[in-house]
Amino acid sequence: MWESFGFNFVNFYFIPGLVLGCIYALGAIGITLTFGILRFANFAHGEIMMTSAFLTWSFYALVEVWFGLALHPLIAAMPAIVCAIIIAIGVDRYFYKPFRNSPTIMVVIASFGMMLVIRSIVQVLWGPNQITFVKGIAKPNAIVREFTGSFDMMLLVPNKHFWILGGTLIIMIAFNYLLNSTKIGKAMRAVSDNPELAKVSGINVEGVIKATWIVGGFCAAAAGVFMAMDTQFIESTMGFRMLLPMFAAAILGGIGRPFGAVLGGLVIGLAEELSAYPWIGNSPIISPGYKSGVAFSIMVLMLIIRPSGLFKGRVF
Amino acid sequence: MEQLLGYFLYLMSLLTVGGIYALLALGLNVQWGFAGLFNAGIAGFAAIGAYTYALLTTAESTYHYGGLGLPLFVGEIFAMTLAGIIAAIIGFICIRLRADYLAIATIGIAEIIKLIIKNESHVTNGPRGINKIPRTWEHLTEERFYTSPPLNWIKDQESWQLFFDSLPYWWWQPFFAGTILLLVFIVYLLLERARISPWGRMMIAVRENEGAASAAGKNVTRRRIEAFIVGAVIMGLAGAFLAQHVKLIEPTQTFDPSKMTFLVWVMLIAGGSGNNRGAILGAFLVWFIWSSSELVINGVIELFATMFDSVDIGILKNRAGFLRMLLIGLLLQLILQKYPKGILPEMRPAISGKFN
Repeated sequence: MWESFGFNFVNFYFIPGLVLGCIYALGAIGITLTFGILRFANFAHGEIMMTSAFLTWSFYALVEVWFGLALHPLIAAMPAIVCAIIIAIGVDRYFYKPFRNSPTIMVVIASFGMMLVIRSIVQVLWGPNQITFVKGIAKPNAIVREFTGSFDMMLLVPNKHFWILGGTLIIMIAFNYLLNSTKIGKAMRAVSDNPELAKVSGINVEGVIKATWIVGGFCAAAAGVFMAMDTQFIESTMGFRMLLPMFAAAILGGIGRPFGAVLGGLVIGLAEELSAYPWIGNSPIISPGYKSGVAFSIMVLMLIIRPSGLFKGRVF
Repeated sequence: MEQLLGYFLYLMSLLTVGGIYALLALGLNVQWGFAGLFNAGIAGFAAIGAYTYALLTTAESTYHYGGLGLPLFVGEIFAMTLAGIIAAIIGFICIRLRADYLAIATIGIAEIIKLIIKNESHVTNGPRGINKIPRTWEHLTEERFYTSPPLNWIKDQESWQLFFDSLPYWWWQPFFAGTILLLVFIVYLLLERARISPWGRMMIAVRENEGAASAAGKNVTRRRIEAFIVGAVIMGLAGAFLAQHVKLIEPTQTFDPSKMTFLVWVMLIAGGSGNNRGAILGAFLVWFIWSSSELVINGVIELFATMFDSVDIGILKNRAGFLRMLLIGLLLQLILQKYPKGILPEMRPAISGKFN
């Protein structure tokens, strides 16, 4: 069983799908938060992810040149994530805030424009070409391979996947704590449920919005770095490529439901990878060229059947 | 004289592309300006039009499906029809929901169209694209056109050959630009008529106050789908003419969604959404700015290179295009915040039904 089916399936489809799902889940958290609290679809979200990956690479390269140290990408990511959060707050302050009292579609257009502005800045500064993020082939972790191999269930998981899975888990736990047990988290949920009521009960809505950008920006920046670690290269279109799966994840889980978005992200990530598995016969069930169409099909299906998503999110 | 001709031809190509963008902006104006529908997949609809036109009208080829060699107007009609059908399908799915969902769905549709064009290479020749697309007027010089009706009724093959050889190589360019401008004018007249008709006034009512329009017995969903389809049909037509202008279409560069979709949005918002004249004015204005900014930025780079010897001019030239995109993006933000109504603000249709 393991030899004929499991080995191939788990190592080459399921685990990569899970990793991709984690990345989508982190990105979708920010989308669903801004959709729930600020009530608009933020098209520039993917670009925050992309920018943080580029910044991480730059810090990594700078430290290597100046001090001759090869940092772990996750350490180089720390200053990059701070920068990404500052960018997210700055964009909100100067480009989204003027539209707080206008029809929401204005701010959607503004975010659509920011998507291009941020991407062009990155392309001007770093150039349009792909950059290698981590060199070399990621070898599977030897200990896990030996251990699981000893009872005939050999798992081939490279270290980078452990970092991504573990990192996502830690962020999820922290996020859960923030949302359910802290004052600002409760305020965020209140604004998401009913902004007018939250305002009259004395919640500082602007403060909540700032917190939303910090949390959303942090998750997006982490997702960007994880994505770069996974694919081992960065390019200026990586944010746009992930935008649609992240929207699909947010809609699948229900708008304004962060944990729905996490589940949605995992489902979309797994669906994208598993769609390339040869379920019938020897060829992939969907040609790998159409992989990125899977997320879209799920989203459209969801919009037809149940626009409120799995977790009864908001439908505008 | 040579130089003057060069300027003239440059002007012709500016007018041609400006006209194509004006068509796209008019299409978007029906969707966004009239009905308030956010379409972020303009490049996708243009690509449908362009590929339909190209596959139907090119001469038979081994690289892609057919090359059916049909008359040009048949290709244009099918381009419009197919874009309309796709718009109808998307409309039925997402138009009941709020504008944001439509924006996401249209971005998705544009991506899917790109995927299909890239992957179905036995039909579309994949990333290598379709070549030798016949261009209105210029196509007459191709043998397969002047040897078939109606041209072969007038003269025989040899005299046509002699006739075309006697013309200067650029003879078709003013005609092509004129055709596109005429088309823009016709679409403008039709849309202006639609705007002041009961249909257009109802559309504005639906956009401004959905509840009231619905209570007055208007079928809101149906009206919106209609507007979405009409806009997409115009975009499909623009796509067909874009294919004619560039002659070689391929999925990534020709229909770069960030460039095309975004430029059309800037055009409409700068010109004034809801105003057909504004859409046309915005299209030509932004296209002139966009084209001339290339010259200006290249000039600045040259200047930099002469001032500082150490500057690597290659890298700067490589990235100048992104700088242009950045400036246009900031221009959009500026217009959105300071002049949200655009140069020519929307005017309410007069009750008497006169052009105002």
